Amino acid sequence: MNTAIETHNLTVAYNRRPVLWDVDFKVPEGQLIGVLGPNGSGKTTLLKSIMGLIKPSSGYVRLFGEDLDTVRSRISYVPQRESVDWEFPISVREVALMGRYRKNKLLGRLSKTDHQLADEALEKVGMLPFADRQIAQLSGGQQQRVFVARSLAQQADLYLMDEPFAGVDAASEEAILTLLKEMKQAGKTVLIVHHDLHTARQFFDWIILLNTRLVKSGSTESVFTADNLKQAYGGQLTILSQVSELIKDREFPMRERSHKDQPK
Amino acid sequence: MSDFFTFSDPNVRMVTLGTVLLGVSAAIVGTFTFLRKRALVGDAIAHAILPGVCLAFIVTGDKHPLYLLVGAVATGWLSLLSMDYLSSRTKLSTDTAIGAVLSVFFGAGILLLTTIQHSGSANQAGLDKFLFGKAASMGRQDILVFGIVAVLLLILVLSFFRAFKVVSFDPAYARSIGLPVRQLEFLLSTITVLAVATGIQAVGVVLMAALLITPAAAARFWTDRIQVMLLLAAAFGLLSGLFGSWISYSAPAMPTGPWIVVLLSLIAIVSVVMAPKRGIWARIRLQKSNARKMLLENILKTFYSLGESRQQFDMEVNVTELVTKRPFDSKSLRRGLHQLQRKGCLIKKSGNTYQLTTAGIAESRRVVRLHRLWELYLTERMNYAADHVHNTAEAIEHVITPELEAALLRELGHPILDPHDSVIPYQATQNKKS
Repeated sequence: MNTAIETHNLTVAYNRRPVLWDVDFKVPEGQLIGVLGPNGSGKTTLLKSIMGLIKPSSGYVRLFGEDLDTVRSRISYVPQRESVDWEFPISVREVALMGRYRKNKLLGRLSKTDHQLADEALEKVGMLPFADRQIAQLSGGQQQRVFVARSLAQQADLYLMDEPFAGVDAASEEAILTLLKEMKQAGKTVLIVHHDLHTARQFFDWIILLNTRLVKSGSTESVFTADNLKQAYGGQLTILSQVSELIKDREFPMRERSHKDQPK
Repeated sequence: MSDFFTFSDPNVRMVTLGTVLLGVSAAIVGTFTFLRKRALVGDAIAHAILPGVCLAFIVTGDKHPLYLLVGAVATGWLSLLSMDYLSSRTKLSTDTAIGAVLSVFFGAGILLLTTIQHSGSANQAGLDKFLFGKAASMGRQDILVFGIVAVLLLILVLSFFRAFKVVSFDPAYARSIGLPVRQLEFLLSTITVLAVATGIQAVGVVLMAALLITPAAAARFWTDRIQVMLLLAAAFGLLSGLFGSWISYSAPAMPTGPWIVVLLSLIAIVSVVMAPKRGIWARIRLQKSNARKMLLENILKTFYSLGESRQQFDMEVNVTELVTKRPFDSKSLRRGLHQLQRKGCLIKKSGNTYQLTTAGIAESRRVVRLHRLWELYLTERMNYAADHVHNTAEAIEHVITPELEAALLRELGHPILDPHDSVIPYQATQNKKS
């Protein structure tokens, strides 16, 4: 199996405080991958670093064996629902259409195909009947489905989704889950930040267990052991978090210049 | 009035055209400032432009609008950078950074202005107009330069509309698809600085934030579409520019800039009060109609429970019986009974007695049904004790829509009895169907 995502010694700091320490893993293509860990374990940070939205202090990410910029059109990102203002005066269809925006088509008109693909994506998540609604007039689950539709409209191969199941009603959860299974059938890779251990076991083929460092990355059965879970959820390592505090307070660098990791 | 609106006087024509253009471009650019929640930043930029204008005059000794514009944009940008730096690199919160930058730059501007005024330069007259605008005394050269800039801004916003939209709504997503978000944000900021720098010609630095933000804020009340919002904001900017010029033309003692802002504020107030759905008036009306619905449904329910105890629903009921059953306020009860008659739910019999019509009986059954269904839902699904459900159901019975009713019936399996073993009344016809 080919590798969809590889992180190499990925270390990330927020306001100087390290939140990910040397995270190093490879995940295969065509899987539903769950990123799990307690609050503040760096799940969202990992996703944003893979998407190039946060610059790592050191280490690097390879997607399909390439640099992000060469494969960007194959990657789709679904931010957390709370990250945007849903009072923004646009309709459901306009959000889905954003999935068809391209860097090199910044000014021109969107084509008929673009409109068609956006509508098809809305259809797939069951939101086409609401296409003309303003986005504030939707339930949380429906808003999440609109975000997923925008992502579908991008027609990517790798999807990075931040908490798509958070605060979602049963119908929306079902709709998104069915869709994920279809995407897997079609050979897509989906990486999902998830908070619920209970459902994770049923949802995902592959699990990345985090708690500021990588606890374990592997097939779901191999990761779900009492020992791994205890390591991930048994609280942060005391000495590690003390070191993080020191780095922040004294403004030390995370890596000395001569030891930065570079892609081979 | 007719004098003004024929636009036969070339001077009137120029000044009005200039003012309207400035108003429209500020409104359109300001829509994005508003949507990105940068209203205060816009205000700070406007104040920070004053030292730039003064510096440009000190350096060149000339009031050519192009020089002043360059100075204005320079300090406008400097203020923006200072705000970004202060809020991201120090522990100061954003509002502190904005407040500090606004007052420091404006203070410096006033200082420079005073120095210029006392320098004895013959050419300086009129610079103080930048405080409150000088629309009426704009020269041909001013209007040419600022008009061109305003048109340029409009073209920029319209051609980058889609990119600005996605950057304002979801910047992280915009970056994920590889849009040059940093550059686009830089462009948006530059456009804002330019709009402010030109707009102060009309209203001055102190009132500029109103020209930038008020049209968008007012427009938001009327629409949920960004395209419509842009058009409305532009229209508000246009109208206030037009009528502001007219007022100062008809009454020469009246300043144009402040009048433009007063007109904009009036438009905003009207929008806040009158706009459908979001407006204050619409919300008051909604609350009134809710209160009326609750009153009517409560009266019908009282008829129903009287009928239930006598096993007969179409009997005549005296008002005193109603009040004994449920303590209605007598004035609203009279009003409610009257409205129920008009709706065809009640017939007035002799004097103080009323009788339910067939439609009235059906409607009263509906309300009681919703009440009892909700009571059952609370005990069955939410583990309420049977003696704790009544008060909640009293409120919820008025809220439940036909769709929710159908969902409740499905979920509870068309129950026959409520938690107090009272019969849940279905419509005769509905019973046969289901």
